Amino acid sequence: MNIHEYQAKEILSSYGIPVPRGRVALTSDQVERAAKEMGGRCVVKAQIYAGGRGKAGGVRLVHNPEQAHELGKELFARKLVTPQTGPDGLRVRRILIEEAVEISREFYLSITLDRETSRYCLIASAEGGIDIEEVARTSPRKIHMLTIDPFTGLRPYQARRIALALGLTGSICEDCVDFILNLYRCALEKDCFLVEINPLVVTRAGWLMAMDAKITFDDNALFRHREYPDMLDYSQLDQLEITAGKYDLSYIKLAGNVGCMVNGAGLAMATLDVLHEFGAQPANFLDVGGGATREKVAEAFKIILQDSDVKGVFVNIFGGIMHCDVIAQGIIEAAAEVHCTLPIVVRMDGSKVEEGKKLLRDSGLNVQIGENLGDGAARIVAMLKSVSGGPVTERRPCQS
Amino acid sequence: MSILINGSSRIVVQGITGRSGLFHTQQCREYGSRIVAGVTPGKGGIHIEGIPVFNTVEEAVQFTGADVSMIFVPPPSAADAILEAADAGIALAVCITEGIPVRDMVLARRILEGKPMKLVGPNCPGVITPGECKVGIMPGYIHKPGKIGVVSRSGTLTYEAVKQLSDIGLGQSTCVGIGGDPIIGMKFIDCLELFNRDPDTEAVFMIGEIGGGAEEDAAFWIRDNMEKPVAAFIAGVTAPTGRRMGHAGAIITGGKGRAEDKIRTLTDCGVTVAMSPTKMGVAMQEALGKTKKTRK
Repeated sequence: MNIHEYQAKEILSSYGIPVPRGRVALTSDQVERAAKEMGGRCVVKAQIYAGGRGKAGGVRLVHNPEQAHELGKELFARKLVTPQTGPDGLRVRRILIEEAVEISREFYLSITLDRETSRYCLIASAEGGIDIEEVARTSPRKIHMLTIDPFTGLRPYQARRIALALGLTGSICEDCVDFILNLYRCALEKDCFLVEINPLVVTRAGWLMAMDAKITFDDNALFRHREYPDMLDYSQLDQLEITAGKYDLSYIKLAGNVGCMVNGAGLAMATLDVLHEFGAQPANFLDVGGGATREKVAEAFKIILQDSDVKGVFVNIFGGIMHCDVIAQGIIEAAAEVHCTLPIVVRMDGSKVEEGKKLLRDSGLNVQIGENLGDGAARIVAMLKSVSGGPVTERRPCQS
Repeated sequence: MSILINGSSRIVVQGITGRSGLFHTQQCREYGSRIVAGVTPGKGGIHIEGIPVFNTVEEAVQFTGADVSMIFVPPPSAADAILEAADAGIALAVCITEGIPVRDMVLARRILEGKPMKLVGPNCPGVITPGECKVGIMPGYIHKPGKIGVVSRSGTLTYEAVKQLSDIGLGQSTCVGIGGDPIIGMKFIDCLELFNRDPDTEAVFMIGEIGGGAEEDAAFWIRDNMEKPVAAFIAGVTAPTGRRMGHAGAIITGGKGRAEDKIRTLTDCGVTVAMSPTKMGVAMQEALGKTKKTRK
C-alpha cells in the first residue's frame, strides 16, 4: 500500500527525521493561503501515488501566493503522467506546499527489501537524484549498499560508514548516522516495503533534511497497523480496482477488449500471453485467487462487465480443489443478473469439469467451452471476429 | 525415489482445526499421505477425523515420529509456527499460509540459517510426489508418477504445466511449488540441486515469472552444474509494466526481472524455453529429445 509524500513526512517526522515545514491543501484557495503562511516563496508539490513528478511539472517553485493559486488550479484540473504512473496518469486531489529550502548538496537514501538476500537493504548514493536509476546502471560503484542482519539490526558504525562514503564529515556525519538509524527504526516498526528519501539534502544552513519521501507499506502487515487504511487516498485508485479490493480480488485494467477472469497471478500472466499470441488484446484481468468461491467468481464477472471496453470474456480457471460446477454456477448467476449477451469462452479444469461444462451449455448464454488453454484463446478470438465482422481489435499503440 | 517427500513421510498438520487446514488434511489423506498428527495450541488431547491433536509440534514429534509439517496457521502466527517446526526437529516444513508480513519472514529466514530444516513456501501450493504423498493444496489427480521434476514459483500455472506434462505421458517424480512471496525458503537452485542428485528424476521443468532475479540465478547454476535436461516457461512476456513507487526496486534488481531477459539468459544457459504457455509439455519433450541425440 502506497501513501502520499506528506503522509510519509509526517511519519518520518515522528521518528525524529527533519523534514521541511509544510501544509496540505485540497483546493487552490488553500494552496494560496498555505503559500502566504510560508512567506510567499514556496514549493508546490502535487501528491500522487507515483514518482517522477518533477519532470512532469508536478513539483514547482513559486514566488508569491497568487502564483501558487494559479498553479494549484492547474494541477487540480489535470492528470499527471510520469514514467511511474502508467499511460493514463493520476489525478491530483491533494497538494503539499512547503517552505523553499536552499540546498547545498543532494543524496539518495532508501531502505527496501532485497529478495536475493531475504533481508532489508540500505541504499545510498552521493549522486543520482531523479536520475538515480541511470547512475545505478552506468556506474554501480557510486551506489553504496548495505545488507542489514535482522539479528543485530543496523549498527551506528555501519551507518557512519555510509555517511562517510557519502562524503559527510564532522557534525553532519553524526547527524546522518542518527538520520539513518531512525529511518531503519521507522521501516521496521511501520512494516515498510520501501522508505525512500530522494533527495536527502544538506541545506545552505548546514542541516540534513528529507526533501522528498516515499513509503510503501507491506499489505500483509495491515493487521497490526489499524491506522493504515485511513491513510489511503481512493482518488489514486481505479474505481473497479477499489470494488475488486472489497471482494479480495485483484483487478488490472489494460488497453484491449477481452475481459479475462483467471485464478492465480502466474496463470493470469500466462493467459494474457496466450491471448496476445492469438492476436487478441486483453481489456483487463481479474485474478480471483488460488481458491475462488462461487461468490467471488460472480462478483469478478460483474466487475469485468462494468468495463465498457470489454467486448468478450475469457474465463480461464484451473479449479484444482474447487469444483468446476461451482465456478460455472457463479458465472451463470452473474451473467443472468447483468443480462450479459457478450461472447464468453470458458476454459475450466479441475474436478467435476463435465458437470460444469454441462451447466454452461444449458445456460442459454452466448458461451463456448475451451478444451484447453490454446483452444479457449482461439475460440474467443473467433467469436469476437464474427461479432464485429472486422479485425479482432483496433490495434492501439501498445500502451502498457 | 523422489525428492523431499515420499510414501513413508510422516506428516503433522499445524493449524489442523482451521477450516482450510482440516479440508486439505482430508484431501491429502485421501491421496494417500500419512497424516500422523495435528497441532493446534489449546486443543491438545482431542482427535479430529481420527488424527491426534497436540498443543505443540514437539509433542507431536515425540508421540508420532512426524518428520514433515504442513502449515495452515493464520498469517499473524505463521512465522512462529515455522520456527516451532524447526525447533522440534522437523526435516521439511511446507507453509501454505498466504499473507505473512515480510518483517516476520526476514527474521524467520535468519533464524533458520544453519538449521537442518528445509522450508517450502510460504504462500505456495506445496509438494507432491505423485502416487505416494501429497503435502499441499494442489489437485492430486492431474499428476502422474514419472521422471520429470517440476519446480515453480506459481500456483495454478503449475497445475497447467503438470497437466500438459501428464497429458503427453510425461509423469513427475516430485513437483515443488516454492511460492511467490518475496521471502521464501527453498529457491529454484535448492530444488534443482536435489533433482540433479535424485536418480529417479530424468529432467526438470521450471516455471518462472517476471520480477526479481531468481530465474537468472537458476539459469547460471544450470549451466554450471545441471547434468539433466531442463525446460522452462516464464510467465508475463506481455504483462504491463504498471505503476510503481520509487527507484529502490529497480536499483536492487539491476535490470533483471523482465521476461525477455530471463528467457534469453535461460536459453543461453542451455535451457529449452517454451515460448507459449500452451507449449510447456512440448518444450519438455523437446528438451528430452535434444539430450538423447547428443548422448548418441
